[in-house]
Amino acid sequence: MAGFWKRFRNDNLAMGVSLFLLMVITLAILAPLLAPYDPTAQNIIDKFQGPSLTHWFGTDQLGRDVFSRILFGGRVTILVSVLTMVVTIVIGTVLGVMAGYFRGTVDDVIMRICDIMLSFPSEVLILAIVGILGTGITNIVLATVIAKWAWYVRMIRSIVIQFMDSNYIRFAKVAGCSTGHIVRKHLLVGAIGEIAVLATLDTAAIILNISALSFLGLGVQPPTAEWGMMLNEAKNVMTTNPGQMLAPGMAIFLVVAAFNFLGDSIQEALNPKINRGFKTKRYSLLDSLFGRKKVVTE
Amino acid sequence: MANLLEIKDLEKSYLKVGVNFGGSRVKILNGVNLTIEAGSCVGLIGESGSGKSTLARLIMGLEKPDKGSILFEGIPAKQWIKNNKGKMSVVFQDYTASVNPRYTVVEAIAEPIYASGAVTDLDQRIDRLLVKVGLEHEIKNRYPHELSGGQLQRVCIARAIATNPRFIVLDEAISSLDVSVQSQILKLLHRLRIEMNITYLFVAHDLQAVSHLCNKILFLYQGQIVEELQSGELAMAKNKYARDLLASVIPFEV
Repeated sequence: MAGFWKRFRNDNLAMGVSLFLLMVITLAILAPLLAPYDPTAQNIIDKFQGPSLTHWFGTDQLGRDVFSRILFGGRVTILVSVLTMVVTIVIGTVLGVMAGYFRGTVDDVIMRICDIMLSFPSEVLILAIVGILGTGITNIVLATVIAKWAWYVRMIRSIVIQFMDSNYIRFAKVAGCSTGHIVRKHLLVGAIGEIAVLATLDTAAIILNISALSFLGLGVQPPTAEWGMMLNEAKNVMTTNPGQMLAPGMAIFLVVAAFNFLGDSIQEALNPKINRGFKTKRYSLLDSLFGRKKVVTE
Repeated sequence: MANLLEIKDLEKSYLKVGVNFGGSRVKILNGVNLTIEAGSCVGLIGESGSGKSTLARLIMGLEKPDKGSILFEGIPAKQWIKNNKGKMSVVFQDYTASVNPRYTVVEAIAEPIYASGAVTDLDQRIDRLLVKVGLEHEIKNRYPHELSGGQLQRVCIARAIATNPRFIVLDEAISSLDVSVQSQILKLLHRLRIEMNITYLFVAHDLQAVSHLCNKILFLYQGQIVEELQSGELAMAKNKYARDLLASVIPFEV
């Protein structure tokens, strides 16, 4: 793992993106201390103000401070999406590794349950579950986990099967290594890059998902600030005050993009081969966009 | 000499790809009988698809046979492997995929030592192993992709002999190496066998390499052992397939 951190530190994009996400998360955690205004305090006289020194991002249709709402909205959005991601990835990894490692009956049972879950379109399933359980943050997390876990089990199982076919795992089995050792040292370490990529991409997708649900009015309830809901409210005044969409839209865009880049960088740093000039095609676009240089380590 | 390994009426079949509903199977091994004496080197020859690798996987306990028995010293293979951790080992053909790309040479060699439980003066043990297989100390902290094919295969051999095994399966261990490196590795394997008294099962399709190293050669054809010869009496093959295979070796003079 020492090599991983070394490569990760040398990757400017990875460090930049991590710092950005760290900053966003810190801002979100410290929102009550940092926010200049109460995010729900209305002041109808000052509505639709442009950015100024008193209101950095301006005010919305009820005269609430947009900057404070973005800070408090980030708390909800990021907390919920990271929580959902952790739960889905843990379920996906445990079941996926079991199915891929033991194969046979265990695999069959897990996969058939996944097939059943996957036969429902996930958006409809989420809407249905939220519809039954009612709106609210807990129910969104629950609904997203129920709708998504099967897909992650599938993905992680196929990653695991690919590793199980390798000779070094065969050797470890013949040498008498325990199942725990093989899973920890070979499977998880090998698969963690791809799982990390899944997890970070997943976080990005869930942020969009929760924002979408709030946008539809099924997620976080007003007056609580949440990025998707802010976008929803901005939509109502789109024709008269299009600038209202800028702040929540950019917040969602930047955080989602940051998580996506982080996923790519983790994968790159985990694979010692990539630094040796064996870069695979999937990185070439990113590299050219950001002028990323090959990192020479050791 | 006592038999180390005894295989009786071994059968193995796989489901045909794509027609699982019909349940039709392809029979890979069809009643294999063989014995391997302790301390000997047995070559297993057969063309692609004859079931060599399947047989090797069954012997290593990686898969279960449909029928028949695999006995090590009279004990079922699974039990024997459990009781004798580290006493069986393997060297694969594809050296690039047989070491975890995230392991350094030291970590790769240490793995079976840890697995067998006896961890004393690990550093010195690894140094001795590296000397034994003819590798320099500088490569200790390198990753697999930083080694040449011959070096990496030597690492695989060092890893295989790390726990003083009694039985090693060499699954086409030299097939993907250059010819000059092949002969070096063959010499190394021969020396190790004498020094450490290891029994080899040498799976290969290259008759010349096998006849050089082995005392006994088995010909596997369509899931059965069709001919069994001592290495000195290759000319006495009776089976048609074995004779064809022997005839197909291109002789060359220097």
